[in-house]
Amino acid sequence: MSETQSSATQSAAPKPARATKLGVKLIGVRKSFGSKTVLDGVNLDVAPNTSMVVLGGSGSGKSVMLKCILGLIEPDEGVIEIGGQDVLKMRPRDRAALMDRMGMLFQNGALFDSLPVWENVCFKLLAQKRITRRAARDKAAEVLAQVGLAASVGDLSPAELSGGMQKRVALARAVAAEPEIVFFDEPTTGLDPIMGAVIDGLIVDCVHQLGATAISITHDMISARRIGQQAAMIHKGRIIWTGDAATLGETGNAMVDQFAHGEREGPITMELRR
Amino acid sequence: MFAAFLAALGRPVIGACRSAGNLGLFALEAISHILRPPFYGRQLMRHFIEVAYFSLPVVALTALFTGMVLALQSYTGFARFNAQSAVANVVILSVTRELGPVLAGLMVAGRIGASMAAELGTMRVTDQIDALTTLSTNPMKYLVAPRVLAATLAMPLLVLVADVLGAMGGFLIGTIKLGFVPASYLKTTWDVLETEDVVSGLVKAAVFGFIIALMGCYSGYRSKGGAQGVGLATTSAVVMASILILALDYVVTEAFFAQ
Ligand SMILES: Nc1ncnc2c1ncn2[C@@H]1O[C@H](COP(=O)(O)OP(=O)(O)OP(=O)(O)O)[C@@H](O)[C@H]1O
Ligand SMILES: [Mg+2]
Repeated sequence: MSETQSSATQSAAPKPARATKLGVKLIGVRKSFGSKTVLDGVNLDVAPNTSMVVLGGSGSGKSVMLKCILGLIEPDEGVIEIGGQDVLKMRPRDRAALMDRMGMLFQNGALFDSLPVWENVCFKLLAQKRITRRAARDKAAEVLAQVGLAASVGDLSPAELSGGMQKRVALARAVAAEPEIVFFDEPTTGLDPIMGAVIDGLIVDCVHQLGATAISITHDMISARRIGQQAAMIHKGRIIWTGDAATLGETGNAMVDQFAHGEREGPITMELRR
Repeated sequence: MFAAFLAALGRPVIGACRSAGNLGLFALEAISHILRPPFYGRQLMRHFIEVAYFSLPVVALTALFTGMVLALQSYTGFARFNAQSAVANVVILSVTRELGPVLAGLMVAGRIGASMAAELGTMRVTDQIDALTTLSTNPMKYLVAPRVLAATLAMPLLVLVADVLGAMGGFLIGTIKLGFVPASYLKTTWDVLETEDVVSGLVKAAVFGFIIALMGCYSGYRSKGGAQGVGLATTSAVVMASILILALDYVVTEAFFAQ
């Protein structure tokens, strides 16, 4: 496959050096845990080399959706296509090969606490033998610098880091192997506003310079407009709206606008009691 | 009504069969990953040291005291029919065939089984196991295979040490307290001991090591529901491993000595 050849038709200002041809498409994806339906027929189409932000209330199934795309959770029903291939019908080996081209930032970081930070960051490169252990330290320092962390952080263990630092290390780990599709589950929660902007910039760079396809989950509207080209809103297990991320707040969809403005009154009523 | 009765009877049976099946599949998958590359030598080393080296003090002390108690008990018991001279025989055979492997197994189950279940359980509930999958690493191969192999290899070594120390405990009590002549005590010990006794103990040890790590990994790997889930996984790993150790002890003994 020739990822280097740039055939993307997106009008992104700086042309990426390589643009992925992997897009993501979900058709009628359903998932229940016991009697609880979390995803109730999700349809989503993310074109190659675009950045999609997914909005939605807490517990609306955003993280479950990402895990379904990554193959960490088997959906009960539906089709998930990556690069035009139905991943649910793939042989495990092919699916693993596809997984090698993806990266994920987990909501809670999910750093390996038995390994130092530098090994966490370069874990995938080391696993794929694309780098020696000696070179990994330098590479880790380089990626850590991109997320605003000093090289000395590399020698600490994840337990010694603050929450926001852990998030940034996890982000560094997700992008270190230069994935073609990258998922960010709440990349900026727990960061101060300035660092949040830095991380948003990094995600934008990831899409533009690496030519990756990105799906990000966020609750932060400023951040959503910064990182997203497209946006989608999930509510009660379905995608209720997709559109241009720049229009968030004045989309004309009452639910999306309520969510974007963070208003209490509106069509979305929070079920505080269950 | 009869149907309800049957259902109430059948449900736990089906549940037990399903658990046993899942455990069996997990074990087969673990073994298949032990045999196929890539191998994680660094992980294997880490867990081998953890099991073999750091369990040494516990196992050594257990074995030493067991040997001492055994000498004392058998002496007082055998004194009733003037068979005190059999103390050395009883100590060495009990320790090598039975008590060394079983007690070491139970101690290691408490130490290693619990820690494996807690570590993997925490990794599961904090998404670290999922993260491995997204980082081009098979968690069964990276987490489970090295642990199971390390415990299977380390337990026989531990039991060898336990055998020596158990025999020494008996020897100390026998010579210092019970008045045996050291040379003749040692000679009796050496004469009565056969290769098969030691080998059967070491085979048991390997089986127990496999079971301990398997149960620790299995419970941890499948745990869910936060800290409470991890706690449950830890408990069930130790309890199940201990029961299986005692059950398999019978099976292996039967296989070696039943003629
Ligand atoms: N492994 C699981 N077992 C059972 N229920 C689950 C599991 N994972 C998620 N759920 C349920 O699915 C629902 C959606 O969870 P999810 O983590 O996707 O929410 P979310 O949209 O990411 O919310 P947040 O913004 O708070 O992270 C929740 O109600 C949760 O209880
Ligand atoms: Mg979430």
